[in-house]
Formats: sequence, structure tokens, C-alpha cells
Amino acid sequence: MAEMTMQEMKKTSKRPMGRRKRLEIIWLVTLQIIMTIIVISFLIPTLWMISSSLKHTTEVFVHPIVWIPVHPQWKNYIKIFDVLPFAKFAWNTLIVTGLAVLGTLVSSAMVGYSFARLRWPGRQFFFALMVSTMMLPEIVTLVPRFIEFRSFGWIDTFYPLTAPYWFAVSTLYVFLIHQFFRGLPMELEEAALIDGANRIQILTRILLPLAKPVIATIIVFSLIQHYNAFLEPLIYLNGMEHWTLALGIRAINDSNVKNWELVFAAGTLMFIPVFLLFAFAQRYFVQGIALTGFGGR
Amino acid sequence: MTVQTSSRFKLPPKSILKEWIEGYLFASPFILGFLVFTAYPMGYSIWLAFHKWDLLSPPRFVGFENIVKMFQDPVANLALYNSAYYTIIAVPIQLVISFALALALTQKLKFRDFYRAGFYLPIIVPLVASAVVWQRVFHYEYGILNEFLSWFGIPAQKWLFDPALAKPAFILMSFWMIGRQMVIFIAGLGNIPESMYEAASLDGAGPVAKLFKITVPMMTPLIFYNMVIAIINSFQTFIPALIMTDGGPERSTLFAVLNIYRQGFNYFNMGYAAALSWQLFIIIVGFTITQFVISRRWVYYEE
Repeated sequence: MAEMTMQEMKKTSKRPMGRRKRLEIIWLVTLQIIMTIIVISFLIPTLWMISSSLKHTTEVFVHPIVWIPVHPQWKNYIKIFDVLPFAKFAWNTLIVTGLAVLGTLVSSAMVGYSFARLRWPGRQFFFALMVSTMMLPEIVTLVPRFIEFRSFGWIDTFYPLTAPYWFAVSTLYVFLIHQFFRGLPMELEEAALIDGANRIQILTRILLPLAKPVIATIIVFSLIQHYNAFLEPLIYLNGMEHWTLALGIRAINDSNVKNWELVFAAGTLMFIPVFLLFAFAQRYFVQGIALTGFGGR
Repeated sequence: MTVQTSSRFKLPPKSILKEWIEGYLFASPFILGFLVFTAYPMGYSIWLAFHKWDLLSPPRFVGFENIVKMFQDPVANLALYNSAYYTIIAVPIQLVISFALALALTQKLKFRDFYRAGFYLPIIVPLVASAVVWQRVFHYEYGILNEFLSWFGIPAQKWLFDPALAKPAFILMSFWMIGRQMVIFIAGLGNIPESMYEAASLDGAGPVAKLFKITVPMMTPLIFYNMVIAIINSFQTFIPALIMTDGGPERSTLFAVLNIYRQGFNYFNMGYAAALSWQLFIIIVGFTITQFVISRRWVYYEE
């Protein structure tokens, strides 16, 4: 029976084979066109932001929409620095992001190493605790942390945005580095221990150099996370001299209802560094999302 | 020097003890961080939930007042409703779109890397910048969405100024940010062994049968994973609501976290804000646990 049908199928499919191939090509061409349309529609809001950032005010409020400004107004990018101290915001963002990323990296590597390769009582308990915090909705600590940090005298300082990250609060990254370290053979450090190396040397000279792809992923994601952070700066940074770029965008948005081009210029300005990072480190983005399921936020 | 030990508690050899100490030392950032930045705040916020405190006068114990108020407060209930509405409608459609895009990007198309980058790009844009851009995308007169709709003869809508359309507008914006889910699906699709499809072809299965009998079942763990994460995140939507509408019009985009933020940091009702946070926390964790329980029925795990 089965053979019969197989033979029948072969017979009948012999001639339509060419047609099937043609159908497949038509399908692929159609799909190609559909995907191109969809991807363009995904890109349009971003492209619109960039193009509008170079428009003259008169080009912003017209119909039909001007897609490419006739005389690119580069001075919009100078104007925003007069409206608000964006240089100061950029500097603050750099400091906050740098310190938070560095802290994340150092603490995640230490803790990941301990969980993956050292045997100590309570390890399993603490590891389970860490994994359980990975899916913890952040909202529950928002209010009490504010009161806690206020009692530390941390309002209007960068500590709330940096200090916690030196204590491995981004547990996802610890998990990531733990998974990688676990996959490395134990002989690596046994040999080093016999040679008289201590744990810090083993971590920094043997294990971390091997973990470069994971480290790169962690750097890329935590960079994006802290650079884009909005809620924490909003709550902890009152004085404008402490603001980050994210707060600057909000302020210029609230104060320039009639000057869209300035708002777009500020948005584009903030977007450029992350875009460059994305362009040069795309591999680590893709790899990191596949590894963690998170990334950027 | 000998260490005195009872026969019951024998100290381990020195080298093992050293490893214990090193283990704790290296893990100490997490242990301290967990205590100071997670465990203590969580406990403290339970205490807060039973107090009234405006940060100026001393906190006052009020018993269950905040909790009773929380269930009666129409604004708080509306905020929860808005968040639930947003989550329940947005997440399933997000999953369908991101799954479809991932499927398309595993076909033999040209420029796949470009497409993938294009779909991923929106989540690289800082959310604040996205919010100010989308606020204008939805603009009644000069927004690109109404311009686009006009090509098809669809009249201009007020979007963020129309209580009936503001939430759908937010949902539409959320579809723009599905790159993360898509990339996870692409990674998963690449892991389905080609031999399964070949076997199915020999059995005479067409593309549709293959999709529903092989691809979808094999992808259920990732569909589940994306769903859990998307629900947790959607319930905590905040930034677009604060920037684009500030909860309006007529509180139609007052989401739960925005309500908590206002209670805490605009009205300084710290106790009430803490109670609301716990309520939302329990809802999200409840949703997550329920999903894990139900997942046993539909998620396929390889033995």
C-alpha cells in the first residue's frame, strides 16, 4: 500500500516538479517584497527622526511630509546646546554608564566565578536565590529603595545609579558568566593552583581571557541598559546639573512644543552612540539575545 | 596550634576551608547586594504598606488602611485595568508578528542580515527618544501615521488625544519593538534539526503541516519564554506613558507603574505607593506562576 502511494506520488509529481519550483520562486519573490515593505516601515520612525532633526521649522509643519530637508539645518544640533546643557548631560551619562558597566563587569565575574568553580557550603542556596531574582519585577523595590537611598544621603548623587551595580544586582549577567565558566575544564585552575597562583590570578589571567565573547556581550548590554536608563535618573536626579541625556530629552520635549526639529535633534544625538555600538558590535547583540533572551531595554 | 573540635563538628582540611572562605569572598558582592538592594527594600516596603508617610512628618501606623483603599480606589483599579488590557492584547500579537518575521527570515531570502538589523534597530533607540518620536508619529496634523492612512483614504485620527484610541496606539507602538523576541525565535528555528523536516517530507507533509506539526511544537519552549518575559515587561510599561500622554486622555493610558510613580513621587504617599507596588508585584508573579503551571500542558520539552 505504502509503496503504491509512493510510486503514485513519484509519477504524478514528475511533471509538476517544474511548476512546483516555479511556485517556490514566486513565493520567495513575494516574500522578499513583503519583507522589504515591512522592514522599511520599521525603519521609518527612526529615519523620520533623523531627517526631521535637520529640518527648518517651516519644513516640519507642512503637508505632504518633507522626507529629505532641502537645506539641512545642521545648526539645530548647535541650538540644542543653547536650549539645555546637553554637553553636561552627555558627560554625566558617560560617568554614570561607565561606572555602572565597570561595576557590573567586576562583580558579575567574581560572583559567577564563585558559583561556577568554587565549592562552599550554601552555594546552591545562594545560586537558587540569584536565579529567582532574575525574573523579579523591579517595581516592588522602586519606592523602598528610594527611601533607603534617601537615608544614605544619595539623592542628587550618582550613587543610586552606580553603586548597586558593583554588588551584582544585574543577576542575569552573573548567570551568563556562570554558565560559561562551568563549561571550562577544572584542570585549568588545578594546574594553576599547583603552580602557586591565587584565585584572583586564576580569574583575571586564565578564565576571563577565555570568556571574551561573554564579556563583550555583557559590556554591550549593560552599556545600552545604563545609557538608556530613565526611571532611576528621573527619581534620583533632581538638579539639572546632575541630569543624564535621557532626562535632557524629556526636558527638551516638554519645553519645545513648537520646535520639533530640536527635539528630534536631541533624540538623534542620543541615538548616534548606541547606533555606532550596534553597527560595530552587532554580533554580540545577536549572540547575547540568543544566550539570554534579554538585551537592550 | 591545634583547633579544638568536637567529634560532631570536624573542621574540614585546611585547603577545603580556604576554598570555603574564598567562595564566600567572591560571592560576597551578590550576597551583600541582595541583602541591601533587594531583600531589605522588599521587607521594608511591607512595613511601609501599613504606614502613612509623606517623607516630612514621621511615619504613622495605619493598619490595613492602604490595602483597603487600594481595592476601593477607582483610579488604582483603572490603572490595573489599563495595564492588563495593554498586556493581554499586545503580547499575543507581538508573539505572532515576531514569530512570523523570524520564520520569514529563515527562508532563502536575500538581505536577511539587513532585515534582521532593521527589525532589531528600534530596540536600540533609547526608549525616551522612541517615545518623543512616536508622540509625533501619532500627531493629528503632522504625524506620519495619519499621513500614511490618508493614502488609503482613511480619515485622520486623534490617537493619543482620543481615549478610545490611546491604548491601541501604545499597543501599535509596542509592535515596533519586537526585535528581541524575533532574534530569540530565529536562534530557536536554527536549532530544529533539518532531518525532522526531511522525514516529514518523505511522509508527504506539505509546508503547512510541517509548520504546525514540527516547527510550532518544537518552538513552544521559546514561545513560552518570550511570553513570560513580554508579560512581565508589559505590565511594567511606564516611560512611553509618562512622556507621550502623561496618563491621559481621561486616564486611558494611566498604567499601573505610572500610578505608583505618581502616588510615590508626585503625591508622596509612600505607604500607599508601597502597597500598590506589592499588589502589582503579586499580580505579575501570579501571572508568571500560572503560566508555568499551564505550560506543562502545551510546552514541548525534549526528554
